[in-house]
Amino acid sequence: MEKKLACYICTGCGLGEAINVDKVSNIVKNALKVPIVKSHSALCNQEGVELIKADISAEGANTIIIVGCSLRVKHQEFSFANCIVERVPVRELCLWLLEKPEDVQIAAEDYIKMGVIKAQKANFPEPYIMETVKNILVIGGGIAGMTSALRCADMGYDVVLVEKEAQLGGFVNKLYKQIPTKLPFTEPLIVDTDIQSTIKAVESHPKIKVFKSSKVEKTEGQPGAFDVTISTNGKEEIVKIGTVILAAGWKPYDATKLEHLGYGKFKDVVTNIEFEEIAKKGNGKILRPSDGKPAKKVAFIQCAGSRDPNHLPYCSAMCCASSLKQTKYVRQDNDACAMVFYKDIRTPGRTEYYYKEAQNDPGVMLTKADVIGVSDAGNGNMYVDMENSLLGEKVKVEADLVVLATGIVPATIDDPIINLQYRQGPGLPDLDLYNGFADSNFICFQYETRRTGIYAAGCVRQPMNMAEAQEDATGAALKAIQCAEHVAKGIAVHPRAWDLTYPEPFMQKCTACKRCTEECPFGAIDEDEKGTPYFKPNRCRRCATCMGACPERIVSFKDYHVDMIGTMLKSVSVPSEDDDPRLIVLVCENDAYPAIDAAAKAGIKIDKAVRFVQLRCLGSTNLVWIADALSRGIDGMLLMGCKYGENYQCHFAKGSELANYRLSKVQETLSRLQLESERVQMVQLAIDEGDQVPKMILDFVDRVKEIGPNPFKGF
Amino acid sequence: MAEQGTSGLCRVLVVGGGFSGLTSAVDAAETGAEVIVIEKNPYLGGRVAQLNKYFPKMCPPMCGLEINFKRIKTNPLISFYTNAEIESISGSEGDFTVNVVINPRFINNNCVACDACSQICPVDRPNDFNFGLDNTKAAYLPYNQAMPFIYAIDGKTCKGASCGKCLEVCKYNAIDLSMKPEKKTFKVHSVILATGWNPYDATKIDNLKYGSVKNVVSNMMMERLSSTTGPTNGIIKRPSDGKVVNNIAFVQCAGSRDENHLEFCSYICCMASLKHTKYIREQNPDSNATIFYIDIRTPGKYEQFYWSVKEDSNVTFVKGKVANIEQAKGSDDVVVEAEDIDTGEKKEITFDMVVLATGMEPSCATTKVNGYKFTKEGFGIQENGLYIAGCSKNPMDVSKSAQDATSAAMKALQSGHGR
Repeated sequence: MEKKLACYICTGCGLGEAINVDKVSNIVKNALKVPIVKSHSALCNQEGVELIKADISAEGANTIIIVGCSLRVKHQEFSFANCIVERVPVRELCLWLLEKPEDVQIAAEDYIKMGVIKAQKANFPEPYIMETVKNILVIGGGIAGMTSALRCADMGYDVVLVEKEAQLGGFVNKLYKQIPTKLPFTEPLIVDTDIQSTIKAVESHPKIKVFKSSKVEKTEGQPGAFDVTISTNGKEEIVKIGTVILAAGWKPYDATKLEHLGYGKFKDVVTNIEFEEIAKKGNGKILRPSDGKPAKKVAFIQCAGSRDPNHLPYCSAMCCASSLKQTKYVRQDNDACAMVFYKDIRTPGRTEYYYKEAQNDPGVMLTKADVIGVSDAGNGNMYVDMENSLLGEKVKVEADLVVLATGIVPATIDDPIINLQYRQGPGLPDLDLYNGFADSNFICFQYETRRTGIYAAGCVRQPMNMAEAQEDATGAALKAIQCAEHVAKGIAVHPRAWDLTYPEPFMQKCTACKRCTEECPFGAIDEDEKGTPYFKPNRCRRCATCMGACPERIVSFKDYHVDMIGTMLKSVSVPSEDDDPRLIVLVCENDAYPAIDAAAKAGIKIDKAVRFVQLRCLGSTNLVWIADALSRGIDGMLLMGCKYGENYQCHFAKGSELANYRLSKVQETLSRLQLESERVQMVQLAIDEGDQVPKMILDFVDRVKEIGPNPFKGF
Repeated sequence: MAEQGTSGLCRVLVVGGGFSGLTSAVDAAETGAEVIVIEKNPYLGGRVAQLNKYFPKMCPPMCGLEINFKRIKTNPLISFYTNAEIESISGSEGDFTVNVVINPRFINNNCVACDACSQICPVDRPNDFNFGLDNTKAAYLPYNQAMPFIYAIDGKTCKGASCGKCLEVCKYNAIDLSMKPEKKTFKVHSVILATGWNPYDATKIDNLKYGSVKNVVSNMMMERLSSTTGPTNGIIKRPSDGKVVNNIAFVQCAGSRDENHLEFCSYICCMASLKHTKYIREQNPDSNATIFYIDIRTPGKYEQFYWSVKEDSNVTFVKGKVANIEQAKGSDDVVVEAEDIDTGEKKEITFDMVVLATGMEPSCATTKVNGYKFTKEGFGIQENGLYIAGCSKNPMDVSKSAQDATSAAMKALQSGHGR
């Protein structure tokens, strides 16, 4: 489509008085050759919007530059179908942030020039369309996997369910009873798991194909077009898959590592899962494994392995409620008492009611204690040895059956499960950050893994109880469907879930340096046998890290490319006076820029030296921009992006960290220009730290002033 | 006339524009549904907008809100109404009629957030966003990154046309003091209730003296006292005299796990208080914090967060229930009386400020949504086509709410499937 630019300058909010509108109109019209240039006293009001709409329909304007306020406000007013819209926030960045009127004018001219260049260099998006399928692979046939499978199938999606065991049901098969997951929470306290009816629903569903005794050998390709190799008893089959739900579940912590608690030494020390099997086998009767006699005094030791730096450094979340449920087994069908030794009882929400119920039962003793061991009582029974209990400083309590509330370990602890054929490895990245769980680093976005189209659910993601796992699996089903639908239309998924552009590398110039394949936070780029990268666009989240990584500058998006930002930077004015530096700040548009907007609204002022340029992620920073800007006389560049490290805040996981990593390599570029490396720096700024912007800027301005003017000034 | 929407698309109405509601809305719309969000406040974001940081990452809530706001702005399938409430929900799965009343904001979309109305407004009102710790004018911006970014006039305190000073200064024809409530009717396939929670009213807990002893505050007030956009610009000062807080106490289960108040555990308060110790310890290296608790509940990976606080020798944990709170004689300090269960010792300790870890009361405990059924605690009960997300279903934190809201979106889409 041929582009026709139109630029509208708003004179509201005091801009008309602060900016010489005639002068900037002239620049836009004559120097920048924009055919339509108009101004209006309140562009966002109905009359202003109508003015723009009239030019769109009568003049064919389709690339609209709005000189006024931030993109973050008045979005609805300035959305025009099938148009490129570029917003130039002179209100926030010039009028509000700068002190002196003359500085406002100079800055406004710079920002307007950059905005027009950006609009000129942007192209209309054309989505990446390839042949895709929408069927969904669910790995794991436990309660989470079966829930996901049923949800997807009921929405009309074909599901392939892979279960490693010979039957579906997972751990729930082993359970005698479960805590009810629906209201009322208190009565009855324990109910049948009803797992058989779920298994039947899955196995008889026409949209679900079940592979039992099977595993995923290989997952190749990309969302919408995965080739998944499933092996069943040595026989392999390749299935085309759209998206994947990883519901591979958990295993109990290895109780043989809990020797001090008597496991393996005493036959009557069992795990909580073994206790379920005992209850199930006896249909409620609790018989000791050693001699088959009815248990009379059952001790439950909580946190057996969990919350222990030597074993599991996390809380397994489900064991307190499970043990309380198991005390009910003891009390309901046996003439026996139960004792629970705990660090803290953790029954969040309404599971608290089970705790209260147990407290009200005189046959259940609950006490806080540090259990230090289990020893022989000499009469076929055992002592639970403890310290710091509410019963006293050092106490032994006799029991004839000891149940260890062993914690949960995710299936992904030592097995990638999905076996991705990705250059960056077979499993989900970051597992080590979460003790092997396939969890999300994002509090707000729980299903975000760093592998597009693969969503984890249930206990492989976090320790959780059965009801929570079912909810989790339901959400994962939606994400899997969402991604399958998006890639079919060529739209990105979270966080740029509207984006129709995608990376388009100019491969003829590729030198196979592999930086893009190494750096992509989402593993979207593989390499062929010769080491040449090839892009899998459906794995891509559009952060443009590859664009920043590429030394040959061959990666472009329709509306975002190296030349676009480079040309913008080159258009920035450089004051001729030596004591009047010009600095460019590259800011992350997701967090740092909103922080600057907030600072502007709060009336905070900053040094006149800076010009802000918004990037979709700091990871897209290409070092050539630094050379471009500094060789034109820009005195310094500051990169402002999200916090990185273990608790990274970057929505693209690695963007700001990679920008920082690249800066460590900038020395080479700068020494070629014979410039000081300190002219380029990076700072981390969170979205709520707008108040810190002036000092960050001032510190940098001072540093650059100390270094002195850029010798390229005036060239 | 009821709004029918585009034929062929599933249509979902979400009650509540907090984190759960927004997540449900975004996830349903990005999977192809038309979504209407109804929010009673003049802004989106709910409780999380009031939080200073999230546990355990200590990252700012605005970061995720900003992404969701952007997704809402760029998605034509989502529409939202602020200052709006549900009048009634009738019908059945696949065919609900929802009547909504949109209360007057007195400021229209012409507003450019120039602040002129607020500057001229002669009326002060307690700032509910900051739990009354400071005031705003009757014409105000709800918070610094509010969505929508337009001002609102508080109809309860504004003097109306008899004053009208704001009308004179507004250059954008954005103020209409005669604005009346407007009614709208929507036809939808399903509804998601995401009305969230309120901090439990601590004045009901007699022995903790909230409201009568000075410098006893709630945990949500602590969030605002720690926020750079809060009433003290982020310096933790106590309300009575503005003294910088050095010695602070946290009283866990203030109202929760108590049959006279909230019978359930509110899930978030342990982690919230642990987080609060970090706020004050990072700000003031000499400060001391004491946590009075029954059980510390930090499930899953949150255990690591607990350990990191336990490593700090300036934070003391006392297992025991607080029996009484009194004003210290001759000062604004606060005396906490408690029994240490581990030692059996009775303790009386004086603090600069005491934070009550007040629990989560579901909003529907006080304001029901007509059309839904509720438990005695005020949590919603799901029925076909009427789903629930986040803290209106169970006490949960932000991450669980986000997860739960995605799950609710899935159910809501199923109600529209094949119709």
